[in-house]
Amino acid sequence: MTNQNESLLQVRDLTTTFHSKGRVLRAVDGISFDVRAGEVLGLVGESGSGKSISLRSIIGLARDYGTVEGNVYWKGEDLLTQTDKQLQCVRGSQISMIFQEPMTSLNPLLTVGLQIEENLKAHTDLDRRARKARAIELLDMVGIPSASSRLKDFPHQFSGGMRQRVMIAIALASNPELLLADEPTTALDVTIQDQILQLLLSLAKDLNMAIVLVTHDLGVVAQTCDRVAVMYAGRLVETGSVRDVLKRPQHPYTLGLLKSVPENMPPRTPLYSVPGTPPALDALPKGCAFAPRCHKAEDVCLGTKPPLSVLGDGISSACHFTADIREEVLA
Amino acid sequence: MSSLSYLVSRLLQIIPTFLLVMVVIFLLVRMLPGDPAIAMADAKATEAQLELIRQKLGLNEPLVMQFFYFVKNTLSGDMGTSILLKAPVLEVIIERIPVTAFLTLYAVCLSILIAGPLAFVAALNKNGGLDIAIRSGFQVGLSTPVFYIGLLLLTFLAASLRLFPVGGYGTTFLQHLHHLMLPALTVALYTSAIIMRNLRSAVIEVLDADYVQFARSKGLSRSVILGRHVLRNAMISTVTLLGLSIGNLMSGTLVTETVFAVPGLGRLMLEAIFARDYPLIQGLTLTFAVMVSLVFLFTDMVQAWLDPRLRLS
Ligand SMILES: Nc1ncnc2c1ncn2[C@@H]1O[C@H](COP(=O)(O)OP(=O)(O)O)[C@@H](O)[C@H]1O
Ligand code: SF4
Ligand SMILES: [Mg+2]
Repeated sequence: MTNQNESLLQVRDLTTTFHSKGRVLRAVDGISFDVRAGEVLGLVGESGSGKSISLRSIIGLARDYGTVEGNVYWKGEDLLTQTDKQLQCVRGSQISMIFQEPMTSLNPLLTVGLQIEENLKAHTDLDRRARKARAIELLDMVGIPSASSRLKDFPHQFSGGMRQRVMIAIALASNPELLLADEPTTALDVTIQDQILQLLLSLAKDLNMAIVLVTHDLGVVAQTCDRVAVMYAGRLVETGSVRDVLKRPQHPYTLGLLKSVPENMPPRTPLYSVPGTPPALDALPKGCAFAPRCHKAEDVCLGTKPPLSVLGDGISSACHFTADIREEVLA
Repeated sequence: MSSLSYLVSRLLQIIPTFLLVMVVIFLLVRMLPGDPAIAMADAKATEAQLELIRQKLGLNEPLVMQFFYFVKNTLSGDMGTSILLKAPVLEVIIERIPVTAFLTLYAVCLSILIAGPLAFVAALNKNGGLDIAIRSGFQVGLSTPVFYIGLLLLTFLAASLRLFPVGGYGTTFLQHLHHLMLPALTVALYTSAIIMRNLRSAVIEVLDADYVQFARSKGLSRSVILGRHVLRNAMISTVTLLGLSIGNLMSGTLVTETVFAVPGLGRLMLEAIFARDYPLIQGLTLTFAVMVSLVFLFTDMVQAWLDPRLRLS
């Protein structure tokens, strides 16, 4: 097995900008983080904070419509410098992705069998029969009843939860080492959300697969993740182990998120509850993007962006007054 | 099973259309002032000939019975005699159907061949130089009247350069291709502009769709993504539009076939109208209606074949 402390993926200063109508929109603003083999990293933030674009930038989907800069090291190679053709060998085979909307993420005109098998065809030497057998095995693995009779069915013949399972089966077809999961349960019924999360976690464990789990649900993070990265207006404002960050948040934004969650922290708590709204990404303030909503904000916050700095305990936070907040929380 | 019932239900839908066209044609002649028998006959017809027509049309009986006779005669293939050509209407029409069908199909094929690849190139270079060049090129095709383009082609390619004949149909398949090249191209320039515009925006939309992003995240090759995932989905809306424009295109044959002296149904219709040849006008109207209905049926079938949600709902 791979060494648990070794980083599979190293994201460094990832920046994605969109240029439209003469305006520059910085959806992802210099984020850096690592993903270790087999771990589950939660990426949390309000809607529009750049989570999806971050994932899409990592596997080279975002560069079709935006400018992506920085480095994304995968096993020592920088994915951002690779051509689409080179990336084809990584995508779907070493790094897979699943999307938020099971209703629109499967091709409505192709059978689910074909949509699984085309992944196998691209990444394995299996022949037709073996691909079919593997497709049945995969559908079975993600908990789709009478899998062999469903290969010929089309996506619209499955319910939302079942489609999400199909998407997982497709993503896992070639045993990836990393799964980028973009809010995989947000669109589903509450009862089904749990089933899908449990399925993802147990598969990740069985296959020793790491997951970057995007969510805006702190309850999900508490239940499922090893480490968490909190994103605000395109930047990471706090990273660390779930235990430390949820217990002793260092950044006012994280603190606000946690305070807004009731005591026992039930799952499915959306992050709308911090007062105010995030700034428009094409008109970011000069200083800390959180300042307009921050009760701690002072002059320095308006003039200078706080960098993400390591505080010890494996926690990093981006706030000029981290130390004070630390005291306040500990007090 | 459900595919079959879809086809049957779609076929049954043609019947009301067909009946409606029959009613319109029927009333057309009856609404003319004076005796319908005179309208349906040669100007030099004798009283005995007129009486024969009156009997066949049941003109002395109630309107409902007259309509019944009309439908019965038509279904048994008796659509009267063309005043202009002095031959049974059905015979005259059957003789010309292949010409117009060939021309239409030819124009459709050319449209697809022109519009398909260019739409893809334009969509993949969205707002780039190529895209703008392609779109402006087609804009000319859209904003110029069909017969004007036809005349230009005739003047340069047929009359001056003598690359193509100025009219006719020929006898062998290759001759058909050669003779009908200019009229088909004329029509195709217009149709392909419509198809190009629609397919381009469909491709742009589909390229952005979640399922295409997902397909890309699976590491599929570009050709599989474009051919399997993008093309088929983009085609769905374009096929509908193509079906509709074939309907348009058929009424366009009146002009095209006349400009290019093609002996098809369109030119015949124009001649029939000028000669007030009512039996022939009736027969041709019905023929066009049936042909357009069949095209729509075929369009729906292609769509059901493309889209399982229609087939298996
Ligand atoms: N193709 C695009 N062009 C311009 N802006 C975009 C594009 N895609 C996303 N954005 C912007 O990027 C920001 C981040 O989007 P996203 O990553 O989807 O947020 P999240 O997933 O965190 O909800 C949003 O403000 C969105 O408007
Ligand atoms: S830097 Fe200032 S404004 Fe930003 S989070 Fe810290 S205290 Fe609040
Ligand atoms: Mg998102």
